Amino acid sequence: MISVYPHPIGGHSLQLEFVARVSLFVTCIVDQLFPRVGIAMAEVLERLGYEIDFPEAQTCCGQPAFNSGYPGEAGKVARHFLDVFRDAECIVVPSGSCTSMITHHYEDIFQQDSRRREEAHRMAPRVWEFSRFLLEVAKVDDVGARFDGVVTYHDSCHALRELRIKEGPRRLLGKVQGLTLREMEAAEECCGFGGTFSVKFPEVSGGMARTKIDSIQKTEAGTVVSIDPSCLMQLQGVIDRAGLPIRTLHLAEVLASR
Amino acid sequence: MQGTPTGGIQQTIGDPRLQLAIYSATRRLIEHRAGAVGSERLPDYQELRTRANQIKQHTIEHLDHYLEQFESNVAAHGGKVVYCRTGEDVSDFVLGLAKERKAHLIVKSKSMTTEEVHFNERLERHQLETVETDLGEYILQLAHERPYHIVAPALHMTRYDVAELFTKTLGVAKEVEPEKQTKIARATLREKFLGADIGVTGANFLVADSGAVVLVENEGNARLSTSAPKIHIAVAGIEKVIPRAQDLAVFLDLLGRSATGQPLTVYTSFLSGPRRAGELDGPDEFYVVLLDNGRTKLLKDPEKRQSLYCIRCGACLNHCPVYRKIGGHNYPWVYSGPIGAIITPQFHGVSEDGWLPFASSLCGACAEVCPVKIEIPKLLLKLRSEVTEAKRAQGSGGVERFAFRVWAWLMTHPKTYLALARLGSKSAGLLPKVGPLGSWTSQRELPPMASQSFHRWWAQRRRS
Ligand code: SF4
Repeated sequence: MISVYPHPIGGHSLQLEFVARVSLFVTCIVDQLFPRVGIAMAEVLERLGYEIDFPEAQTCCGQPAFNSGYPGEAGKVARHFLDVFRDAECIVVPSGSCTSMITHHYEDIFQQDSRRREEAHRMAPRVWEFSRFLLEVAKVDDVGARFDGVVTYHDSCHALRELRIKEGPRRLLGKVQGLTLREMEAAEECCGFGGTFSVKFPEVSGGMARTKIDSIQKTEAGTVVSIDPSCLMQLQGVIDRAGLPIRTLHLAEVLASR
Repeated sequence: MQGTPTGGIQQTIGDPRLQLAIYSATRRLIEHRAGAVGSERLPDYQELRTRANQIKQHTIEHLDHYLEQFESNVAAHGGKVVYCRTGEDVSDFVLGLAKERKAHLIVKSKSMTTEEVHFNERLERHQLETVETDLGEYILQLAHERPYHIVAPALHMTRYDVAELFTKTLGVAKEVEPEKQTKIARATLREKFLGADIGVTGANFLVADSGAVVLVENEGNARLSTSAPKIHIAVAGIEKVIPRAQDLAVFLDLLGRSATGQPLTVYTSFLSGPRRAGELDGPDEFYVVLLDNGRTKLLKDPEKRQSLYCIRCGACLNHCPVYRKIGGHNYPWVYSGPIGAIITPQFHGVSEDGWLPFASSLCGACAEVCPVKIEIPKLLLKLRSEVTEAKRAQGSGGVERFAFRVWAWLMTHPKTYLALARLGSKSAGLLPKVGPLGSWTSQRELPPMASQSFHRWWAQRRRS
C-alpha cells in the first residue's frame, strides 16, 4: 500500500509518498546470534512511522548452501522464503549479503524452474537492504540518532560489489550527532568471513581479518560499523581473541542509539 | 579440505617476511592500476571493458574461423602455424626442429603458456639448453622455482633474496641494488642471446586479419629473442587470437594499465613472418605453435568458457585477499589467484584440485578489476556445485551433504527449527570445539549466545 504520510523526522516534504508497512526479514544470523540488530532496525523504522510486520515462518535466505555448492538445498530454502514473503509489499533486511542473495542469485538458483524464477524476479524490487531503504524509500538521512565516538565503516563485499552500496551508509553515519567518521585505508577489503570459507580455510580467513583489523586500528576508531552482521561476527571474534578495545556495531544499532 | 596444501598455506601465512613481500608488491600494483584506469586518466574505461568482453565472446564463439584466418595469414607471410594438442607435442616439435637445424641453445622470453607445459624441463631432458631472459624468469630459473605470479614471476623475492641467489649460483659478489643486479643478469644473458639458435616467446595476441603475433614487455628481451636467433617460435594458447588489428586499440589500452598501471608497456612488438628480402633484421624461420592442452574442453560449457577470455594481466591476483595471504606457490598449477582457481579445475577436472573453487570468500574484488569482465565469483560457485556433485557420484563428502540436507529441512520447517535452536542456544557453550566449531575457534572467539532470539522477542512483544 502506498499512502501519503507526513514524515515524522527531518522536516522533509509532507508530500512524500512512502510505504506505510514494512516486513522485516532479519536473517538467520541476526535472529539467533544478534537479535539486538533486528530490534534496533525495528526501532529505527518505527521511529520513522512505519508499521512493522514480522512473518514468523521466516528462517534463512539459503545462502549458506548456495555458497557451499548445494544449489538444490539452497533452492528449497529459497522457495520457502518466497512463500513466506509472498504478500509482503516491502521487505527490509539488515544484511547486504542476504539481500543480494535474494535479489541477485535467486534467479540463478531457479534457472530450471520458470515459475519460481518469475516469482523471484517479481520479488527482487521489493527487497531492500536497510540503509538503502532509509535513503531511497523513506528518503531520510537523518534519523535523529546520537552516538558519541570515532567510528570507521567497513564496506561489506556483497553490499559494495553486488548492490553498489558505498556512500549511503556513510551519509547516514555522517548525520549522527556526536559521531566522527574516520575512513580506514582498507575499507573495501574483505573481512575474510565468506560463510563456510571461514571454517574450511581458517588460517586464511583469520589472516584476512587480521589484515583488516590492522587497518581499523590505524584509524584509532573505537567502533567498526557495517551493514552485514556476518562480517561483524568475524571481526569481533578476531578482535576479542586479540584482546583489542574495539567493538563492532551494525549500522542499525548506531542509528537506534540516542 | 581434501587436497588443500594446508602445510604450505600455514607456512606462507606464518612467514612475516614473505607476507610483507607479497603484500607490498601487490599493493604497488594495485595503486599503479588505480592511477591508470581512474576516470580522469581513462574516462571510457568501463566501455573498454565491455568492448573487450564482447570481442572475446565473439572470438571464442567463432574460434575455428579466426584460427583458420590467422593460420592462412601467417602462411602468406612465410611463417608456419603448428597445432599442438599437448605439451608433449610442443616439445616434440621443438626438439625435432632443433635436431634438424643442429640447434643447441634456446633463449626464451616470459611465457606462461610454456610454463604451463613445463617446456624447459622437457627440453633439458634432451640436453637442449633453454635460458630464460626475462629478469624475473631468469631469477626463478636459477632458483629452480615456478612463477609466483603471472605478471611478476619473482614477486615473492626481495632484492636481498636475489643478491643471495646470484652469489650462490653465479659466483658474483653480493649486490643488493636492483640496477646492479640487472647488469649482472644482462652480462650473462647477452652472451646467450648471441649464441642462441632458437628464440622462444609467448604471445599476448594473435591477430587473425594480419597474421601478426603481438608481444608486450618492458625489458626488450622478448624483442631480442625474436630477432637475434635464426629461428623464432611463438607458443600461444588457441584463445589468444583476436579478430582484427584494430581490436588491439581496446586490448592494449587495458592490458598494460590493468597489469602494471602503464598506459602502454615499454615495448610492443608486432611480428609477422620471417625476414623478407631486403629487410635488415628478423629471423629466417617463423613458427607459431598453437596449443590446445585442454582448452577445447572448456569451449563446451557456454557459461564457463568465458574463462578463456583472460588476457593474463594479473589484476585479479593483486586484488585477491586470498592470493595475498597464501601467495602463488600454494596453487597447484602455474596459474595462481582467482583465474587459477577457475581454470585449474576445468583443465584438470573437478575431482582433481576440487578445493580450489572453495578457497575464496567470494568477495568479488577480482571480477571488479578484470579488464575482460570474467564473472569469476559466478564461475567459482558453479564449480563448487560441480565439485559437490562429483563427490556425490564418487560416494564421498557424505557428512557435509547430509548436514546440508538436514539444514535445508530445518529451514523449511520453522517450528521444529526454532524449537531446536532454542534448545541449542542453551547448550551451545558446552559443545566440544571440534569440526567447524573447532575450526572457527582456532582463529577467533564465538559470539556470545543471545538470551533470546528475535523470533522470541517478537512473540513477546506481540503478546504484550
Ligand atoms: S582473469 Fe581477468 S583480471 Fe585475472 S588475469 Fe585474466 S584478464 Fe586479468
